Amino acid sequence: MILGLVALCAPLGDTCLSRGMTSLPPISMAHPMSLLAAVFTPWIGAGIALLIGFFASYLTALSWADLTYVLPATAFGNVIVALLAKFWLNEAISWQRWAGIVLITVGVGFVAHGPSLTERPASATAREAAEGSAR
Amino acid sequence: MTGTHPSAWAAAAMITTIVLTSTAGEVLTAAAMKSIGDLDEIRAQSGLKGAIRAVITCPLFFAGVFFLAVAFFALLFALSHLNLSLVAPAAASLTLITNAIAGKIFLHENVDRRRWISAGLVCVGVYFLAH
Repeated sequence: MILGLVALCAPLGDTCLSRGMTSLPPISMAHPMSLLAAVFTPWIGAGIALLIGFFASYLTALSWADLTYVLPATAFGNVIVALLAKFWLNEAISWQRWAGIVLITVGVGFVAHGPSLTERPASATAREAAEGSAR
Repeated sequence: MTGTHPSAWAAAAMITTIVLTSTAGEVLTAAAMKSIGDLDEIRAQSGLKGAIRAVITCPLFFAGVFFLAVAFFALLFALSHLNLSLVAPAAASLTLITNAIAGKIFLHENVDRRRWISAGLVCVGVYFLAH
């Protein structure tokens, strides 16, 4: 659930930011305040809200899972966005992109089948102690 | 491509900077979250405010955010010299590999064969998808 939120919020947030920024006139260094005004436009606001949601769920995921488990799993968001672009926006997907989708899906399937957290000697000792007291 | 064409070495240096700083940021953030403990449990015990306080009182977390911010500005800098279709996939996929190495060395995570294969597949997949 949390990993799904991480995977969805990051690419959707980026997409909102990209859509919001391209709809604005180019921002020059001479008018830095226009960057501040951009924050309050609907697309950029939604993008920032989604990215805050992404960061909160990413931190939560890292608090109970390994970094090397969370990162490949969250890369699945790229696949979701590519498929959304195909079926929602009717964008064409080249064979390279299909290959990318297949590789990421297989990679995520691989890591998701393994344990999410490295067993620490401390927790192993604690578990042995708990088993010992249960006996 | 905007402006003058940077040499292959300059492009490699820019991408390396993004990859190294974002790896440092990810590893420090992950170390911070491990030192804090399970956020779901903290939130169950002391509410959302307690969970937020636990995160923002951790110095490691700010060190991580600092490096992630540097990585973000390094990305912006690179994008002003190089194509997005080169920088984004190269940085995203290389970061997966450096994170697996850094996770093993610094976080002592059990990066077994399954995780190496997964990182490799996702790395190539991200490159294909974004290219």
